[in-house]
Amino acid sequence: MMNSLILNAATRLLVGLLLLFSIYMLLRGHNLPGGGFIGGLIGATGFVLYAIAHGCSATRAALRVDPQSIAMVGLGIALAAGVFAAFFGDALFTGQWLFIGETEDDKGLPISSVLFFDIGVYLVVFGSILTIVLALEEEV
Amino acid sequence: MAEAGVEVPRAAGGPAGWISILIPVAIFAYLVQFVPQVAAGEVILWAYEWVPALDIRLSVILDGLSLTFALLISGIGALVTLYSSKYLGNHPEYPRFVLYLMAFMGGMLGLVLADNLIALFVFWEVTTISSYLLIGFNSDEAKSRRSALQALLVTGTGGLALLAGIIMLGNVAGSFELSVILTQGDMIRAHPLYVPIVILFLAGAFTKSAQFPFHFWLPNAMAAPTPVSAYLHSATMVKAGVFLMARMNPALGSTDLWFWTLVIAGGFTAVFASILAMRQTDIKQVLAYTTLMALGTLTLFIGAGTSDAIKGMMLFLVVHSLYKAALFLMIGIVDHATGTREAEVLRGLGRKMPITALAAVVAAVSMAGIPPLVGFIGKEFLYKAGLELDQGMIWVTGAAFAASALMFAVAGIVALRPFFGPLAETPKPAHEGPVFMLTGPLVLAGLSLFFGLFPDTIEAWLVAPGTWAVYGSPDVNVDLYLFEEVNAAFILSLITFATGAVIYAVHRPLRLFLARLFEANPIKFDPGWDGVLDGLKALAAWQTRHLQSGVLQRYLFVIFATLAVLSAITIWSRDVLAFDLDLGAELDGLLFKHWAVLVFVAAGSILTAFTSSRMTAIASLGVVGIGVALIFIMFSAPDVAITQLLVETLVVVLVAVAMLKLPRLEIMAGHRDKRPWHAVVAVSVGLVTTAILIAVLQGDIDRRLTDYFEVTSWPEAYGRNIVNVILVDFRALDTFGEIAVVMIAALAAYALLRGTYYGRPKDAREEDGQ
Repeated sequence: MMNSLILNAATRLLVGLLLLFSIYMLLRGHNLPGGGFIGGLIGATGFVLYAIAHGCSATRAALRVDPQSIAMVGLGIALAAGVFAAFFGDALFTGQWLFIGETEDDKGLPISSVLFFDIGVYLVVFGSILTIVLALEEEV
Repeated sequence: MAEAGVEVPRAAGGPAGWISILIPVAIFAYLVQFVPQVAAGEVILWAYEWVPALDIRLSVILDGLSLTFALLISGIGALVTLYSSKYLGNHPEYPRFVLYLMAFMGGMLGLVLADNLIALFVFWEVTTISSYLLIGFNSDEAKSRRSALQALLVTGTGGLALLAGIIMLGNVAGSFELSVILTQGDMIRAHPLYVPIVILFLAGAFTKSAQFPFHFWLPNAMAAPTPVSAYLHSATMVKAGVFLMARMNPALGSTDLWFWTLVIAGGFTAVFASILAMRQTDIKQVLAYTTLMALGTLTLFIGAGTSDAIKGMMLFLVVHSLYKAALFLMIGIVDHATGTREAEVLRGLGRKMPITALAAVVAAVSMAGIPPLVGFIGKEFLYKAGLELDQGMIWVTGAAFAASALMFAVAGIVALRPFFGPLAETPKPAHEGPVFMLTGPLVLAGLSLFFGLFPDTIEAWLVAPGTWAVYGSPDVNVDLYLFEEVNAAFILSLITFATGAVIYAVHRPLRLFLARLFEANPIKFDPGWDGVLDGLKALAAWQTRHLQSGVLQRYLFVIFATLAVLSAITIWSRDVLAFDLDLGAELDGLLFKHWAVLVFVAAGSILTAFTSSRMTAIASLGVVGIGVALIFIMFSAPDVAITQLLVETLVVVLVAVAMLKLPRLEIMAGHRDKRPWHAVVAVSVGLVTTAILIAVLQGDIDRRLTDYFEVTSWPEAYGRNIVNVILVDFRALDTFGEIAVVMIAALAAYALLRGTYYGRPKDAREEDGQ
């Protein structure tokens, strides 16, 4: 933890922006550079920054949930998204798609099991990195 | 719920008792109905597909051999469980004992009935493990634990050899089904892998059946409760090795290798064990060594391999199981009643324990091979088979004769002296055993007498079908009789009795003499075993000390040095460096931005290597990483570049945090001396990696997958970012595996950091300190 006023003030803004950006990267990942891995890394960077500026206990309080639990929930979501295909008779991890408001010209809003899988990846990466970083920082 | 302090008296064994008795009885009754079919020469096959992809089937073969064994296992099993319910019924761990015993029985039945060799092996291991648990049942005694471990390691090692042999044989024969393999004997014997297969199978069989030089674990296994000794170490498990040899005889037998290995090992074990038996004073130990003798004799006659020898072997197998189980159970009763098993102490128990004495004498007479007990017929046919052998006649007959004569004397030691003569003082006053315990020895002794008087029954039911199965052909004359005429075998029997009687007369001086002889003998197997184990432990400690130093630097050094050496060997042996690379032309093609990145990366690397500050090192390593990310961007792999940048950032943060705890580079003793070596490894890894990358670029890159993903990404997976579509859709299962690994790594790191005292958070440490 550093006692730097500038870092302290800047972090408050940056964390929010990084989290927003990480979700943006996650959602656009299917068509443009981005995705769950990258999103998770960016999100984790935000909290790592926060931990440097405000300390670990403040970070844990801000997270509200243990980072290990976040990672485990993520793994569960990814698994559920994979198993979901089995209900439709497809092989495991086959993507299932639903297009809301589909018309002749426009595919509408796509919702897919693949998106949920990517959200799972995001949470695992996010949670795992924070698990290690926070444990290490508390150690020192 | 039991009230505290109130002892509730329990019926013998409780529910565990009668359930354990009913199971073998039911199995026995079920199997008996197959006797007429099998006696008529039928072979019953039944199969269930277990792992069809690997050709592993749970299949059953019921022929004379397996039926004989299965009936012995379930029949003696029923008597032994009945006996145990009294013998161990009040033991607090009795249900655990029953569980082990049932597991063993299941394994043993599976082993003898299995038609698939893989299934046979699995059951083989089940018997090894349950035997370990049963020998070590009195786990609070160091001796029991040692004996159990010894049996497990010896038979387990043999089991591994057997597995290797099974896999080889399966490949040679093209099937793991015994019913298929046993018909291909000629092809297997001619195959170049025949010799290794035989060696591996015999390694399994000899360890399991305690043939010399693996004999030492069996007498030690007598640390087990007596019913276990009676069941596992005389009638069933130790015969698994004999069973395996008998089972494989049609496929592997009738070669010189098979003949001489079995005949020499079996004959030697038989004679050696009978002499060792004479040395013991503990009657249970005496019986243990006579079991070794019987196993040796069975091996000897399987090796001899003529139809008469096989017939004698099958008969002796049943004969031995009957009398030996009876005698073991008998000594258990005596031990229970008097508190001792010492041959020197026990005398004249016959008046106090008449029923036990009756069973003991009948069983011992069968063991001595005296008519009209079935033991006589067994011995007679062994002699007959031995005398008619073309090769090895003297050796086989001589070994059988020596073992039988000593057996005659042993029979006197275990059944004559303890029960006749003047009553001697025992630690506990002698009294007759309970009915449940007497049933076993009486039934078994009765069967010995019944089969002796009516040899046609055992011949038709068990011996004839068994002989067909082991000999591999049903054209064998199997005709058993108590007495035919005064022939060579009969005369040899008379000489056996005379010799045996003389040995019995002098057995006490002989015992003292043997004890002194073995005292002087420098080669001792049991202490030798300890030596082997100690050596193994020392080796493990030595290699752990050297390989697992706990110094991260050394681990990394070893890992990277191995990588460099193995890659260099591969590059050299595959001759991949035979490419023509026009370095000048390649360099001309580089633009200014490429040069800039190269300089950037090189400068970072050099600074990392030569700085004396950890902070500078880690920051300049970050510079290298960012340079690599720039390369990714130049060659249009934005996803990879972004990931690289983010990971690089996080690594710098992480390592910087860890670094605060580490000593400064200068203080680390000896660090400087090793740097030249580190430089060598680093440069080598760099060179081989470069060589591999150049070599890869020389060949044509297989674009089939790339093309497929490019074409199908949008129409089938609705995604334009191929990298991401591969990650979350085409290869989602791989990704799932990866994120699982990421999470496990995080949890492991967390556990490591928090698991140790110094790994605990500072505030918690301070609380501990106060």
